Amino acid sequence: MGRSRSRLLVPLVSAAMLMVAACGGGGGSGSGGQGAASGEKIKLTVGLFGDFGFGPLYEEFKKTHPNIEIEERQAAFADHHTNLAARLATGAGAADVEAIEVGYISSFTAQPDKFVNLRDYGAGEREKDYLDWKWKQGLAKDGSTIVGLGTDVGGLAMCYRRDLFEKAGLPSDRDEVSQLWPTWEKYIEVGKKFTEKAPEGAKFFDGPGEIFRAMIGQAPVGVYDENDNIVVATNPHVKQAWDLSVQMIQAGLSAKIGAFTPEWNTGFAKGSFATVVCPAWMTAYIQDQAKNAAGKWDIAAIPGGAGNSGGSHLTVPKQGKHHKEAAELVMFLTSPENQAKVFKSTGNFPSIPALYDQPDIQDFKKEFFNNAPVGKIFSDAARNLKPQHLGPKEGDVRTAIGNGLTRVEQGKQSPDEAWQQVLKDVEKIR
Amino acid sequence: MSAPVKAEARSRPAPSRPAGHPRPRRHLFDTKISPYAYISPFFLLFFAFGLFPLAYTAWVSLYDWNLLSSEQTFVGLDNYTELLADEYFWNAAFNTLSIGVLSAVPQLLFALWLAHLLNRPLRAQTFFRVTLLLPNVTSVVAVVVIFSQLFGREFGLINMTLDAFGLGRIDWQAGTATSHAAIATMIIWRWTGYNALIYLAAMQAVPRELYEAATLDGASTFRQLVSITIPMIRPTIIFTVIVSTIGSMQVIAEPMLFGAQVSAGAMATGGADRQFQTLALYLYEQGFRSYEFGYASAAAWVMFLLVVIVVGINFLLVRRMRGSLDS
Repeated sequence: MGRSRSRLLVPLVSAAMLMVAACGGGGGSGSGGQGAASGEKIKLTVGLFGDFGFGPLYEEFKKTHPNIEIEERQAAFADHHTNLAARLATGAGAADVEAIEVGYISSFTAQPDKFVNLRDYGAGEREKDYLDWKWKQGLAKDGSTIVGLGTDVGGLAMCYRRDLFEKAGLPSDRDEVSQLWPTWEKYIEVGKKFTEKAPEGAKFFDGPGEIFRAMIGQAPVGVYDENDNIVVATNPHVKQAWDLSVQMIQAGLSAKIGAFTPEWNTGFAKGSFATVVCPAWMTAYIQDQAKNAAGKWDIAAIPGGAGNSGGSHLTVPKQGKHHKEAAELVMFLTSPENQAKVFKSTGNFPSIPALYDQPDIQDFKKEFFNNAPVGKIFSDAARNLKPQHLGPKEGDVRTAIGNGLTRVEQGKQSPDEAWQQVLKDVEKIR
Repeated sequence: MSAPVKAEARSRPAPSRPAGHPRPRRHLFDTKISPYAYISPFFLLFFAFGLFPLAYTAWVSLYDWNLLSSEQTFVGLDNYTELLADEYFWNAAFNTLSIGVLSAVPQLLFALWLAHLLNRPLRAQTFFRVTLLLPNVTSVVAVVVIFSQLFGREFGLINMTLDAFGLGRIDWQAGTATSHAAIATMIIWRWTGYNALIYLAAMQAVPRELYEAATLDGASTFRQLVSITIPMIRPTIIFTVIVSTIGSMQVIAEPMLFGAQVSAGAMATGGADRQFQTLALYLYEQGFRSYEFGYASAAAWVMFLLVVIVVGINFLLVRRMRGSLDS
């Protein structure tokens, strides 16, 4: 072999190796084998948005499955779902177990061929445990494939600052507060009273986005009808929620702070707003953001009746290598006992109605929220829930409406102009 | 090409040459093909990660291609016709141009001025030059988060200062002009030093005698900058204009993170009224929020053409500037 040949080969080979190295990150998943022989070391990845409080459960799972390692990946809410969609489309990179939030679930259950049917691993018998509507949300359209098992539900409540209410001369006891606002109209009235005597720098609520979301969650039909048609323009509940939100803005009740922004996070601790819509999972968030405001926040009933906002499912994408083990992990993490444990450690409320009557849930209180009986509050909220169908592009529709409310808030458009533009934007969503 | 061949011939020990192979042929093979093999890594990588995606994007843009559905239907040029009629696309194009002009022009002027100041004997020269580059090596996320706080409505330092002088607060994110100014400020902050260093390098190649002669003739430093420095470093100026034009056509991180500071929903739409949504952010919204890959691909191609057009116009303008200075 002459040297000239190797001179030619070296760069070519190195180029080829570079390409292989560059591609290596993506490929290699194959069509997904079935369970490995017992005893073989297996690593399962779990993809979540934020902390689901699964940490202690992994340890427990490992006791019965000593050969399994579990690695959790957390991403921001929107990024998590975007990445999952991209990874499903490209066929590589998804975790063995992926969480999906309810706002996105129907766009993923629409492609059941991308997921392991959990029925094949005995999930079918879990149906009787679940809230009926929560169970159905995790199914493919024809009901044959179980795409995801539910974790928590976001029964609605209203968190409020006791100290700010007292300063504004309003009652601060949670039952009295609940009675102040049976409806959203009354809530606005209370807000006006609050604003008259409010301490400097405190508004009645954070921003209209989450309130609008709650009002939609309370309606029998939201932004989608049963057949996945967007009904923003024709559903009177949506327009009513819009009009109420506009009234709140115009009454000057809003602190004009968007949810899940840095200013919102500091707002909890600083007392920039006196009330905030509180699905069960939000209690953990507030507790995390406003550590030094312990005892100042409390929880009352939400105006306008029961509703749901948020909650998640756990799924097993087909591209993973360890379907059996991943399915077992999903069954374990969503089991009634473990949902109860997660609730007690984080606040995410179980989707298993049998738990709601259990004394350890009923009597569960949270010190941070002035010992509010969160177990009782959220089981009442979850029991009274009316199921609502969520469409594939819930997120996009809500963003369009939320942006409209922000335009009104910023004074860039009149409520009417903003609504017209919302309708136009929503029409474009395919 | 002859130099390497000679070196090659010299380095090859004669005894190792296998008999039977005619030397001229191998020689030819080596000289004609090896050079291509050496540069092949770049081109192979470019083909895999540059050219192929480009072509594939064109292919995808002809389909109604949603990331979440397994069916893709061929729609021809429908995506393009829809895009050209989409007012939000043109809104994004306007925002991109506006932010581009607001950032690139002051940025290059500042850079020129800074380089001019540094292009003279100074103490601690290295310190100043390294400092210039610091904003550029700072993570863009950090820059945007800090600047978003400075531009904050309630507690922002800028609004507090304005308030102290009785000028009133500005809701920077809400307005079109104000949000563009805020985003342009972030871009200027990050890229001025980088361009200044490039200018400085070019300025140091300008013969000193020219300045000496000009000084003897009584020309001011400003006059020297305009009449000597700028004409002498014109190729570098053309280069920075083109590079910063391309850069500003692709701005995405700044408006996206700026929007995320006020509302999670406005992150991809660039404000509630899309007042600071750039083309790249529009593309992101279509592709990675709505998962409409076909439509987003069409947007990517139209954006590519727009970049080519804008860069072309800028190139012609800057070249003309040379003409007028020469005369």
